[in-house]
Amino acid sequence: MMLTAKGSRNLKESVIGALLFACAAASTLVTLGVVFVLLRETITFFADVSIIDFLTDTRWEPMFQEQHFGVMPLLVGSVMVAGGAAVIALPVGLMTAIFLCEYSPPRLRRMLKPALEILAGIPTVVYGYFALTFITPLLRVFLPETEIFNAASASIVVGIMIIPTVSSLSEDALRAVPDALREGAYGLGATKLEVSTRVVVPAALSGVIASFILAVSRAIGETMAVTIAAGNMANLTLNPFESIQTMTAYIVQASLGDTPQGTTAYQTLFAVAMTLFLITLVMNVMSQWVLSRFREEYQ
Amino acid sequence: MSDVTGTRPLGSGESAFDRRRRRIGTLFAWMCGLATLVGVFALGILLVDVLMDGLGRLDVAFLTSFASRFPERAGVKAALAGSVWILGLTALISFPISVAAAIYLEEYAARNWVTKTIQTNIANLAGVPSIVYGILGLALFVRGLGLQRSIISGALTLSLLIMPLIIMASQEAIRAVPRTIREAAYGLGATRWQVTATQVLPMALPGILTGTILALSRAVGETAPLIMVGAVGFVAFTPKGLTDQFTVLPLQIYNWVSRPQDEFRDLAAAGIIVLLVLLLTMNAVAIILRNRAQVRR
Repeated sequence: MMLTAKGSRNLKESVIGALLFACAAASTLVTLGVVFVLLRETITFFADVSIIDFLTDTRWEPMFQEQHFGVMPLLVGSVMVAGGAAVIALPVGLMTAIFLCEYSPPRLRRMLKPALEILAGIPTVVYGYFALTFITPLLRVFLPETEIFNAASASIVVGIMIIPTVSSLSEDALRAVPDALREGAYGLGATKLEVSTRVVVPAALSGVIASFILAVSRAIGETMAVTIAAGNMANLTLNPFESIQTMTAYIVQASLGDTPQGTTAYQTLFAVAMTLFLITLVMNVMSQWVLSRFREEYQ
Repeated sequence: MSDVTGTRPLGSGESAFDRRRRRIGTLFAWMCGLATLVGVFALGILLVDVLMDGLGRLDVAFLTSFASRFPERAGVKAALAGSVWILGLTALISFPISVAAAIYLEEYAARNWVTKTIQTNIANLAGVPSIVYGILGLALFVRGLGLQRSIISGALTLSLLIMPLIIMASQEAIRAVPRTIREAAYGLGATRWQVTATQVLPMALPGILTGTILALSRAVGETAPLIMVGAVGFVAFTPKGLTDQFTVLPLQIYNWVSRPQDEFRDLAAAGIIVLLVLLLTMNAVAIILRNRAQVRR
């Protein structure tokens, strides 16, 4: 009797263990699914369009009579929006983190943190609305030649959107620097500025850089705000006040329109998504690598 | 941490060099303070902008009417119903699987390359742009499984999107349960599952629920993946079943934003207010749960 009770107990335990493992392993299936789905259509796409054309042609006109499949305009559009966003969000986010960690009294910090958390939780379509109805009109007051849809407005709003990513991850990194390091520097007569910028930030540099990379990767993958604010003109330009199209915005535009399965237009969705996926994947892996490779361990 | 620049020996006075250092320090402090306010101000302006445009259009009729070609008659009934459906279904699908995965990784998994691969993979999935999940949903659920442009396709896609977030939050909550509790239970002869189910999970539950609610509020605010799986901007009925067509609040908002007329822009703002109220309610629940958990510790 004892033995069978123990046996059934063991059986139950291993069944539960196997079920739990299946759930955890399912996550790898999701990744495989993404890669498989993207690869399958992308390979068919590259059977029709040479990969050299895809990377070097300067025109993206998949819907025109004379088709052009140069991803460059979309890529430049994405990089320009993300670059503009980074110019705003990286310094502002890092300084916010320094303020919250080194300067702010705890009571003020308790008020500021939730505001930044709310900022991080606002849906991107709302940011799109904000860009179109507030930031763009404001830009046009100062620069009347700004187009209704423009990269600058998208950059600004995406920049605001990723401030919390930078500030919260950087703050965690700054907070992990032990007080002994700060006290040592103060003991040598350093000012608060010197302690913050020459001791704390360098000590937390891996975490800060990882937060930068992650934030830029988010900006590149950002979709709705960019679709609404930057427009849908695949236009190879570096002028931020013109209408452009990012990779993500193209995917939305193409899937809103009628793109029957099996056509080259349908496959462009996957080719562009694959490019986007690879870029963000490389950046995310890089961010993790920086974090683990250059982490300073403090006891 | 106090200001230490003043701790010079008595009577030595402050040199010009020190004075400059102190001034630059004060300037930097102010700059950091201002930088912090950038985010806070942006949030304030955004909310005021939306409230000013949208409050005028917000009334009971707006909540109980369907979308319409005529802006004065349009409302968010279908979108609100769709969002609630999506919220419920996504929670039902993603919660059990994610918590099971988190339990496996924290309580069961051996420290080997399989575990490490799964863990790295989950971290990477959390960084995949949401629109890529939309493409996966389109190929896998809409076309592959033949679920068409239905609520269930949308909910499955969003579940894949938020599962990494729930798993990571749950892992953190489980990790925060003190070792001693597990060891005491093992010492009394409990099996691994008994320890997990009766000791670890109850203690970790508030943290798990907080993480889940935050992830779900991300799902409720998502637009792009649902465009991919074919949610439509114009729906004049509330969904009755899993295979019905649907729309959600963010999509309805996008549909209105993308029209040039001001009347529709104001509708979009009113829709945003409804969406933000829904999200804030969810966040408030999450914060209450978190505070309750902190009191209990």
